[in-house]
Amino acid sequence: MRDFSYLRANSIDAARQAAALPGAMLLAGGTTLIDLAKCGVTEPDTVVDITHLKGLDTVTVDDQGAMIGALARMSSVADDADIKSRFPAVSEALWQAASAQLRNMATIGGNLMQRTRCPYFRDPANFPACNKRSPGSGCSAIGGVTRGHAVLGTSEACIATYPGDLATALVAFDAIVHLGDRQIATDDFFLLPDATPDREHAIAPGEMITAIGIPASAAARRSTYLKVRDRQSYEFAAAGAAVGVEFEADGRTIKDLRVALGGVATKPWRARAVEEALKGKLLEPDTVRRASLLAIEGAVDHGANQYKIELAPRVVARAILKVGETA
Amino acid sequence: MTVHEIRTRHCDSKRGDASDGAVLAEAVGGRLSRVDGPAKITGAAKYAVEQQLDGLSHAVLVESTIAAGRVRSIDTAAAESAPGVLLVLTPDNVLRLNTATDWLGTPPPDAPYYPLARDITFSGQHVAAVVAESFEQAVAAAALVKVSYDEMAAIVDLSDPKAGDGIPIDAMTKEWGDAQAAFASAPVRICAAYNTPREYQTPLEPHGLIAHWEGDQLTVWEPSQWLDGMARTYAEWFGVPFENVRLISPYIGGGFGSKAFAYGYSAVAAIAAKMLGRPVKLAVTRPQTFTAYGGRAATRQTVALGADAEGRIQSIVHRGVNETSVDGMWVEPLGSVTSIMYATPNFSSRQNVVRVNTVVPGALRAPGENPSAFGIESAIDELADEVGIDPLEIRLRNYAEQDPEVKKPWSTRQLREAYAAGAEAFGWSKRTPEPRSMRDGNQLIGWGVAAGTYPVRRAYGEAVVRILADGSVEVESSSIDMGQGTYTILAQTAAEVVGVPAENVVVKLGDSRYPRAGVTGGSRLAGVMTGAVYKAATAALDQLVGLAISDPNSPFHALQANTLVVTKGRIASPRGDGPEVSITELLGSVGRDHIEAMGDTMPANSTVEDRYKNYTTIATALSHTEGDYSRHSWCAHFIEVRVDEDFGTVRVSRVVSALDSGRLYNPKLAESQWRGGIIMGIGQALLEEGIVDRRHGRIVNNNLADYLIATNADIPDIEVISVGIPDPHSSVLGGKGVGELGIVGVAPAIANAVFHATGKRVRDLPITLEKLI
Ligand SMILES: Cc1cc2nc3c(=O)[nH]c(=O)nc-3n(C[C@H](O)[C@H](O)[C@H](O)COP(=O)(O)OP(=O)(O)OC[C@H]3O[C@@H](n4cnc5c(N)ncnc54)[C@H](O)[C@@H]3O)c2cc1C
Ligand code: SF4
Repeated sequence: MRDFSYLRANSIDAARQAAALPGAMLLAGGTTLIDLAKCGVTEPDTVVDITHLKGLDTVTVDDQGAMIGALARMSSVADDADIKSRFPAVSEALWQAASAQLRNMATIGGNLMQRTRCPYFRDPANFPACNKRSPGSGCSAIGGVTRGHAVLGTSEACIATYPGDLATALVAFDAIVHLGDRQIATDDFFLLPDATPDREHAIAPGEMITAIGIPASAAARRSTYLKVRDRQSYEFAAAGAAVGVEFEADGRTIKDLRVALGGVATKPWRARAVEEALKGKLLEPDTVRRASLLAIEGAVDHGANQYKIELAPRVVARAILKVGETA
Repeated sequence: MTVHEIRTRHCDSKRGDASDGAVLAEAVGGRLSRVDGPAKITGAAKYAVEQQLDGLSHAVLVESTIAAGRVRSIDTAAAESAPGVLLVLTPDNVLRLNTATDWLGTPPPDAPYYPLARDITFSGQHVAAVVAESFEQAVAAAALVKVSYDEMAAIVDLSDPKAGDGIPIDAMTKEWGDAQAAFASAPVRICAAYNTPREYQTPLEPHGLIAHWEGDQLTVWEPSQWLDGMARTYAEWFGVPFENVRLISPYIGGGFGSKAFAYGYSAVAAIAAKMLGRPVKLAVTRPQTFTAYGGRAATRQTVALGADAEGRIQSIVHRGVNETSVDGMWVEPLGSVTSIMYATPNFSSRQNVVRVNTVVPGALRAPGENPSAFGIESAIDELADEVGIDPLEIRLRNYAEQDPEVKKPWSTRQLREAYAAGAEAFGWSKRTPEPRSMRDGNQLIGWGVAAGTYPVRRAYGEAVVRILADGSVEVESSSIDMGQGTYTILAQTAAEVVGVPAENVVVKLGDSRYPRAGVTGGSRLAGVMTGAVYKAATAALDQLVGLAISDPNSPFHALQANTLVVTKGRIASPRGDGPEVSITELLGSVGRDHIEAMGDTMPANSTVEDRYKNYTTIATALSHTEGDYSRHSWCAHFIEVRVDEDFGTVRVSRVVSALDSGRLYNPKLAESQWRGGIIMGIGQALLEEGIVDRRHGRIVNNNLADYLIATNADIPDIEVISVGIPDPHSSVLGGKGVGELGIVGVAPAIANAVFHATGKRVRDLPITLEKLI
């Protein structure tokens, strides 16, 4: 039997120290960690349980923005009245993710850190080659079943999709990841695979997510997360878009626009080209549709995921038109 | 082991539904709620692998990581020395078993059977197993078993160039008239190919078992759709008498065709238990449920319809192919609906089976009829479009007044009534004929119709009914309840016949020591077992009344009555003169502690061998066209879909289905089975597909996050309407099949609705978004 030690952290410092041990992993809701342990993907020597830490599960919202503790549950953040009114895209990204049971267990910190659903990554016994799991071993996905794989941000080493919904909304609204005292923009927190797909986040051993800060903005207040998938619930996004808009005083000219894509890229994908193309323009269907095509600039398909290149701009356009309408 | 018992409870005991008149909930035809429901909801129901046994050890399988080739060597050293390990089984040390008789009753070859393979024919095949003190130890040690292979090129699936055309299955050939010539000269012709992928049963309870030997007696706790058939397999494998094997399966968390047989892993657990002299538990993991036994085979069909300008079919030419494994045979009868749904003077259907490197496919809800209906019910829709008539009208125009294949009258066929009732409730007459003619914002709306059918399969069962001195009634049978409601309808049957409240009936199922029953599959069990219980209960009641009339100590002795009636557990003369006593009082006065009678649905002169054969194989099952009639259940599905024009996502927004299953023993349970079938059909149409990595011949979405079945959010309200009438030719009490009917025709109704919504005809299931954007 594969033994590991279990440590229950009673302070953030203790957790960070324990997490710095070789082979140590933080345990929050466990919905990713234990799942991957069963698949034989993660084999921690030490599991550091952080769920008993006090004060990390709060959500506070004021005029500056929101501060969400790393241990807040997906379900409670999704239901938070202030999050719903000031950051609707965040709430919508959360309640459309996973299932009710998972959302009740899973934490915000763990959610950011969830791993790819690439089937080859999840099956080491049958597919030893996976650069993300064992650097340099190759990529089993390229040339295989790629329906869910990324079309943006891929490299020759890895084409795995970042599957999460929440992070897409966070990236759109310039959220900040708090690692204790260190702070880093979410967009910089998630790394492109390039030649090192095993490195997914700008987080060092011994660091721990303590909170997520989302600055208040008019665009975040008027925002939505649109998730498209074959199954109506409990499925990862075929394509998702987090969008927020702020109009000039005329109520028609776009002053600020935020667009990020989920389910199509190797990391939560901010589509700044779409934002820039539409700022200062009137929100009109044709203009929006044309500009949305910029969302997939540089996209590369691997066969079965080709549809994502068609789909993503349509999701972006629909999301922009939807938030634009709901005055 | 506590003997499993179920007591009925009073649940909505007021009235049955209007279609059955005012039927008491607990009588046959009443809407009694599932009597096993509370035990399941409270967790009191114990499933097979939840049994606690002293000395239980745990087996974990090691599976092949190649799809074709040969095991060169297996290094077990590390696993053997791992903590807690009791046994490592490989092809080298596994017990040699006998090959068992198959379910059709084919005598086995005189060859050994090894459940662990040296020759690899599919990815995920069992090659070794580790047994340890704890499950965790077994999992860890199984990962240490090193298997090396000589790999060969696999035939991945039907589209593999190496697969070839396959083997013609002559028994599937059906021909009358001159179909090719009539097609060639028909004024209107359509011809198209329809494909269905590998699909899986995905029961909520994964498979698994606990095997325990005491001397040469084997007890197996294993979810089972067929206790007697599986007990026979174990007995023959190990060369012990049938009576030495006891299978226990009081609760089954869904089977859908996948739990009727003992499989290779079952043999592994029983071998390990024998070698260790300890009970062994083997729980099949969810990923293993995709390879430890087979799901529905992938199928391909071409359907060619020739018709006159009014859409009257003149010829049907049908060709079908299903995959099977390289070393096992599975025929998915693809012409089964094609040949009976519509009247046609000329018909030809042939089928090939193609061997590929997969586990042997198996039964999944309505094997044959389900994919068959996808072909013909899509094709007739294409014909309607071609001719320019309404899809419902074309079905009525080609209505088969008798079985076109065997040329016998239908026993009952309420399909016209189903079309009428479904169309009325759905509002079909408001449909605009043009594709893309109905929309709501970005949503294209489409309405589709399709019919379904399932044959009435008849087999045998026996039951004991016991009237006890405390006034309760016991029913025993080795048949099973996998959620479809056997406990409930047998309680209703016994209650009605004997004349006691249903809550006084205790039904005991799922133990091979009880009176025997054939397979629970092919939607046959309810008809068979209500018949057997009806007969047993009638015989028990006759004995009770006989005693009351003739026993000198009976309070009725002086009355000199010809008969007596029992109502609500009390016995009285029909006219009400004389005494009225309870069953308890009567049995007390005549000095009996119980009365017992056996009933069965067997031919009267059956021998012991006949019975054994009838219950452990399907060799003697009666054909649905035996005698003067052709017997089937029928249905018509009317379905509305909404297709997002930008995203290609399909949502089913309305379902109205009218179904003819003959008489319903319990409408509430029948409706819920129909709905269950329709729900599975929605998943099949839109979501379900085993996806194969073509380089490795391996299913990669082998878990419930990636193999998508419908969730609640995918399912709208489903209106089901019963249009059946009692069918005396189909079963003792007049019912026809229920369980499989509902799924048949759902996928084509959805595909037809998608065509109406979008103008795009999708002929490959599932209808995923990339096929529509
Ligand atoms: C079947 C299924 C479907 C799903 N569907 C969706 C979906 O549709 N959309 C979606 O967005 N997500 C989906 N998920 C993912 C789910 O949201 C994540 O599993 C969950 O959010 C992880 O949170 P957790 O608290 O359980 O993390 P854990 O499993 O406890 O941890 C996950 C990882 O994060 C690390 N970690 C945890 N907390 C911290 C911290 N504070 N600082 C640093 N590292 C930390 C752990 O060490 C581990 O590596 C799905 C998951 C499953 C199993
Ligand atoms: S895509 Fe990435 S995660 Fe998937 S197999 Fe290739 S390297 Fe591994």
